[in-house]
Amino acid sequence: MQYLLLLYAREDGWNALSQAEKERGMAAYTAYTEALRNAGVLAGSNRLQPISAATTVQVVDGKTQVLDGPYADTKEQLGGYYMIDVPDLDAAIAWAARCPGAGHGIVEVRPVWAK
Amino acid sequence: MNDASLGNDDTPARRVAEAVARRSYGKLVAFLAARTRDVAAAEDALSEAFAAALADWPRSGCPSNPEAWLLTVARRKLIDGARHSRIGEAAGDELQRLAETLDTTAADADIPDQRLALMFACTHPAIDAGIRAPLMLQVVLGLDAKRIASAFLMSPAAMSKRLVRAKDKIRQAGIPLRIPERDELAARLDSVLDAIYAAFADGWTDPGGADLARRDLTDEAIFLARLVANLLPDEAEALGLLACMLHAQARRAARRCPRGDYVPLDEQEVALWDAPMIDEAEALLRRAGALRSIGRFQLEAALQSAHTERRRSGRANWEAVLMLYDALTTLTGSPVVAINRALAIAAVHGAEAALAALPDVAADARLADYQPYWAARADLLAKTGACDDAHAAYEIAIGLERDDAVRRFLRERQSRTAR
Repeated sequence: MQYLLLLYAREDGWNALSQAEKERGMAAYTAYTEALRNAGVLAGSNRLQPISAATTVQVVDGKTQVLDGPYADTKEQLGGYYMIDVPDLDAAIAWAARCPGAGHGIVEVRPVWAK
Repeated sequence: MNDASLGNDDTPARRVAEAVARRSYGKLVAFLAARTRDVAAAEDALSEAFAAALADWPRSGCPSNPEAWLLTVARRKLIDGARHSRIGEAAGDELQRLAETLDTTAADADIPDQRLALMFACTHPAIDAGIRAPLMLQVVLGLDAKRIASAFLMSPAAMSKRLVRAKDKIRQAGIPLRIPERDELAARLDSVLDAIYAAFADGWTDPGGADLARRDLTDEAIFLARLVANLLPDEAEALGLLACMLHAQARRAARRCPRGDYVPLDEQEVALWDAPMIDEAEALLRRAGALRSIGRFQLEAALQSAHTERRRSGRANWEAVLMLYDALTTLTGSPVVAINRALAIAAVHGAEAALAALPDVAADARLADYQPYWAARADLLAKTGACDDAHAAYEIAIGLERDDAVRRFLRERQSRTAR
């Protein structure tokens, strides 16, 4: 089954880190991504630009409404994702727990609708 | 098995079907859903198989292996169902998977018992804690939503909806039907045992057994506890839970006087306790103790055991009771345990000491609407001679109690506190 691991975290937390801390954080993500790849379960992954770069779009009565900012204005924001292919939820939870994002934020595990 | 699908006549076919349902329902569901994780589809197929049995068996006679007969029919229904309801490529995959799963077991061979795996799926941390016990009662024992709803004081419609949602979650989220690995077994087993205990405790809401449907749930919970204890004979807490429930069940007849009034534990007629059941509980507790892995349910069972001392000596072993509550307080930090510990202190050191040990409602707001807290407080206040305060505390306890008989009991106690 494919699962999307959605990584939520506070952006200001990341920004407050020193350069050395940021480098250590990046190294942890690189190692984690490598582990997923080596296990043969990685189906895709991306880090997202900060919410200041987000734009929301909605079509109402045929008119396109474009707004600055993210859809949900919450403390934790979606900052990236991993798509993994594993046998079941327990395996997905085990990978989510290893993700650096689970240590400094929250990882939501969502099964992908099977085609 | 839900009652509607078995009909209401009392034919031999129905009796065999009922016996199989009770013995094997969960086994068949677990087997049918093992690979697909589609519990609802497995249940539907099984329910159709039972209906087919009731139509066929009276004519052709009961098969020599009713489980295998039901399984054969159910898996045919399951494959037909998958063929009709699924669309696109998924249907092909699923049918392939089904065929692989179902054909590997010859119909006349023993059906492997995967009920434990099913229970672990029902009590998975990804399933809402409040629905785990009802879910287990339904998919392992085949109880219908209406009966479960009445025990959990919920409307049948709401219970059905939550059960459907939980089964969807198992399928959609890919919750595996399997026994957890050694390193996570203890934590996951706690959830299974908690859910069984919840099913049992909700059965206790009607200890008089005036409501037949509700009284039956304690038997079902004991059945589940027995199942886990048999399948995991080296898990001390599984044995502890069964011991604890058997102890409580053994005193059921003594909890109400013939007029239906509530009788507190220390005033119960010892002769009304079920001696063989207590002996079985004691033997289980000894077996659990030998495994040297103490836990909450063994302590609770040991407590019950100390109370049954009264069978032999005429007096409960309050010193042991107090020691066990000390241990339970350390282990759980639960305010409920603290209340019972205070009552044990009263028996050993007197009511003043007990009042001092009773948790304070000002420090823990959860106690404000917890009837046993106010009843305990009232009882202790009355013993110290603080009659006005006792009277007021009884008033609160009475207002919080749902059970008529317990209310009558509290009212009678209250009237004894001279003002």
